Amino acid sequence: MARHRNVRSMQYDEFDDDFAVGSVNDEPECISPTDAQQWIFDRARGQSSLDSFLSNNEDIQEEDDDEDENESPSKERRDSEHFEFPELNELDKSRLLSCMDEIRNIIGETYSDRRLVAAIMSNDYDFNKALDTLLNGESKPQVHHHPRAKIPDVVEKGIGEMLLEKSQQMKHQKEAVTVTVTPASKNKTSGFEVNSPRTLTPNSSGRNSPQEDENKGNRTKEAIRNARELFEKERGSEKEQLHLVVIGHVDAGKSTMMGHLLFDLGNVPQRLMHKYEQESKKMGKQSFMFAWVLDETGEERNRGITMDCGYQRFETPTKQVTLLDAPGHKDFIPNMICGANQADVAILVVDATRGEFETGFEQGGQTREHALLVRSLGVSQLCVAINKLDNEKWNQDRFNDIMNKLKFFLKHAGFKDSDVHYIPCSGLTGENLVKPSTESELISWYKGPTLLQVVDSFKVPERAIDKPFRMSVSDVFKGVGSSGFCISGRIASGHVCTNDKALICPSKEQGVIKHITIDEFPVQSAFAGDQVSITLTGADPTNVSVGFILCDTHNPVPLATKIKARIIVFNVKSPITIGYPVLLHHHSLVEPATVSKLKAQLHKGTGEIIKKSPRCLTNNSCALIELSFQRVIAIEKYSDLKEMGRIMLRVGGTTIAAGLVTDIINS
Amino acid sequence: MKLVYKNLDKGCGSIKVIPDESEDMWHAYNLICEGDVVTASTIRKVQTESATGSSTSNRVRTTLTIKVENIEYDTQGCMLRLKGRNVVENQYVKMGAYHTIDLELNRAFTLTKPEWDSIALERVDMACDVTQKADVAAIVMQEGIAHICLITSNMTLVRSKIDIAIPRKRKNNPSQHEKGLTKFYEAVYQGILRHVNFEIVKCILIASPAFVKDAFFEYMIQQATKLDQKIILDSRSKFMLVHASSGFKHSLKEVLQDPAVVAKMSDTKAAGEVKRLETFYTMLQCEPARAFYGKKHVQKAVDALAVETLLISDNLFRNQDPIQRKEYVKMHDDVLEAGGDVKVFSSMHVSGEQLAQLTGVAAILRFPMPELEEDSDADDSD
Ligand SMILES: Nc1nc2c(ncn2[C@@H]2O[C@H](COP(=O)(O)OP(=O)(O)O)[C@@H](O)[C@H]2O)c(=O)[nH]1
Ligand SMILES: [Mg+2]
Repeated sequence: MARHRNVRSMQYDEFDDDFAVGSVNDEPECISPTDAQQWIFDRARGQSSLDSFLSNNEDIQEEDDDEDENESPSKERRDSEHFEFPELNELDKSRLLSCMDEIRNIIGETYSDRRLVAAIMSNDYDFNKALDTLLNGESKPQVHHHPRAKIPDVVEKGIGEMLLEKSQQMKHQKEAVTVTVTPASKNKTSGFEVNSPRTLTPNSSGRNSPQEDENKGNRTKEAIRNARELFEKERGSEKEQLHLVVIGHVDAGKSTMMGHLLFDLGNVPQRLMHKYEQESKKMGKQSFMFAWVLDETGEERNRGITMDCGYQRFETPTKQVTLLDAPGHKDFIPNMICGANQADVAILVVDATRGEFETGFEQGGQTREHALLVRSLGVSQLCVAINKLDNEKWNQDRFNDIMNKLKFFLKHAGFKDSDVHYIPCSGLTGENLVKPSTESELISWYKGPTLLQVVDSFKVPERAIDKPFRMSVSDVFKGVGSSGFCISGRIASGHVCTNDKALICPSKEQGVIKHITIDEFPVQSAFAGDQVSITLTGADPTNVSVGFILCDTHNPVPLATKIKARIIVFNVKSPITIGYPVLLHHHSLVEPATVSKLKAQLHKGTGEIIKKSPRCLTNNSCALIELSFQRVIAIEKYSDLKEMGRIMLRVGGTTIAAGLVTDIINS
Repeated sequence: MKLVYKNLDKGCGSIKVIPDESEDMWHAYNLICEGDVVTASTIRKVQTESATGSSTSNRVRTTLTIKVENIEYDTQGCMLRLKGRNVVENQYVKMGAYHTIDLELNRAFTLTKPEWDSIALERVDMACDVTQKADVAAIVMQEGIAHICLITSNMTLVRSKIDIAIPRKRKNNPSQHEKGLTKFYEAVYQGILRHVNFEIVKCILIASPAFVKDAFFEYMIQQATKLDQKIILDSRSKFMLVHASSGFKHSLKEVLQDPAVVAKMSDTKAAGEVKRLETFYTMLQCEPARAFYGKKHVQKAVDALAVETLLISDNLFRNQDPIQRKEYVKMHDDVLEAGGDVKVFSSMHVSGEQLAQLTGVAAILRFPMPELEEDSDADDSD
């Protein structure tokens, strides 16, 4: 525990742990109630700063990683769930069971449950047909298993359909797929020779208990290697992918800056720009012409503000950048959170105009809230664009003044000094965006990089490619000219290939991934970090909503009616008590929730329990709470998959807390 | 609710009332306890044997008196169902036989209680007060989500929940987004037509973040004009657009805190409760030693005559355990006696719902009692 005791001296360094691999930690989980008793009541040390909170949270992660190497009972349970019966609704389940009974009456125990289920399901619960299938000895189900099928294919709805697709697919596939299933066996580890680069068994997460047999351990490593190999093969030669969110107070000039940047990069055809110029002029909004590159809906243009995240792509010398232009207005922060959840790095735009910076930065302005939000959502590298400096005649003092104010705040918010770059620029005139400035007043004192150079210099964070597949649905829409429907989002972890099965949680709707497109280009596979559109067949779009999680069928995302979370409380107008209604933001999900328990108030730096069952939580406190939902949601423990374990709590249009999921309860 | 007669002697006796609007069922639900005796008109299936020996079953209307054993309330349908044994001789029903009475609107019932406590009497007064009749409709919405609510003096009823997926704006294809929006607006519009009674409702609040409310209102007026829907066009002045941070039900709290809204509402019980709870939270923030919740803490404050305002949720008085109910009634009476103020929250309003979650009872004190804070650990030991 010594490491924690001395938080203040090491708070910033701890941030690297976010991306550190295999660090060792010898502490017990710092939030479990039993350990809590060892901790001393010490209010005096209550240093309130987000950085120490967050740095401490990195420790949670490490510890649990460590712990997982030893044992993880909850994980095991999750795996074994799928060796029972397929997940069906009550009706289908009863149909299945009655069908099985009837068949058993006739043929006895000749066939394994698994075969029976497969036959029944493939014949859509038709008892006669299923019996025929079995008796005619159609052995296909035994041979042609889905390449990833470690678990019998019975989880699916129409197995016949799948087999068809599979056999077609196999013709095209270079890699031979050999899957041998011992039908009678219910043992999940025996009898499988999986030999496909696409193998992503439930073990691939590396979170399994080590007392499993050797065989399994080996496969775990193999699966990881395969995911990596595939990634290398497909992406090795390409530029790195970087997701960039642009944040800042409304009217700071975010859309204008990005529109201008894209134009300067040649991503916006001259003709189109001319059109925007003419049209915006007609509306008397010529100053917004660059913003129109990103503000695409009529409403946004009329009102002159961004309402939902605009997506664009551009390239820097070493990177492929996906740009998300976030809305700055308070009312659209939910959209901004959704965008920030998909980002690796951020550009914080501030308006340098006298008075404007102050408005955006003071209480009520969005500058602070945005910065805190992106940091809490895992963004650690930031470029601060001190914009509209043309209005201030490129005054260096003004630049420095703003920089110093922000430096202090951002440090407190948990950004490392070395990860934050400050650049002077003007989105409207295009100064210092792509090319170094020619403005004599600016170049007389500024010798630093351009915006584009800073973006190019960002480090791409480590992606959780070999974790189980997870993607939060941020949009559901009809695809053009294709069967099925499309969902889009950013892959949070793992990877996915066309023809994979996927499960949508919490509705447990299953589908097959027909097409994957990245930026409108069809691809065969996609990896953690990619922004994709996926066409899904076999699933009912009415069971898919924004905020649901698309995941690996064999290793689905856990479901919860309650979660425990470790939160840091922002500036709140009224204290948080039990019974407090909040909105939970998790990736694209916005779900009403109630604070059902205040477990303990924690020390911000060390995570020690200051007070058990506090009556309420006030400004800048750190606590362990329980949240209850009216519906089931799909969410994950931070320690299991940090990409899926971050949450935000909002009330009345302001963010009251950010947190990490420490426990999942599904009752 | 109309009071027909009140026949009480030293706190025991009976009251006859006629429920005449759906909210009265809520009052009745809060009034009737297990063990009370209710006389009401009801329908009973009876078997009659004809001379030839064949038996037929008939439904007859009769007046029955039962001793209540089980109470069921359906919030959506505003139905109250009482189950118990017959205690008065009747030509169709034997003594002691079970019967279930569904209380009906516009039919009188008589309630006899062994003991009419202050809460029960207050409830009768409240239910029979004709001034508390004004209804407000509120639609809280955000893109894709809307709740159509009716707010009466004692209840907030979610009449319809609309959840329609709207595809996001998409490069080169904004039409799906716009189509989705239109579909959503249309659903809300239909919901309003179906659920809002424009003759009763004095005020219709449309609340949302950003421009959703304006865009929707525009859509609604456009449609109404196109289809010549007089009912909407004539009520145009009843609509009021206000800001809310989301389309979820709880943002009603923000709506009810808007002074412009409160000024327009003739009955402000709902808004008053929101404000009270807010005051409590503010006290908890600024002077935590003067704000407490939970039975144990509040009881101590009551005993110390320290309570300035007691906030108590009516669900505590519906407690199945008569002893517990008595304790809360006593708490209520004691505070009043000591010159304090008591606010009974309706658990059917948003703030009451929150109070119910917050143990159901909270108090603002006249003076700080920091000693209560000390033993908080022992309080919620779960
Ligand atoms: N003078 C000046 N005005 C700018 C600059 N950048 C943006 N603006 C103006 O600021 C307003 C808001 O810009 P917009 O990009 O919509 O801001 P957003 O809300 O942050 O996306 C527009 O009128 C722009 O023309 C700049 O660098 N200098
Ligand atoms: Mg904008």
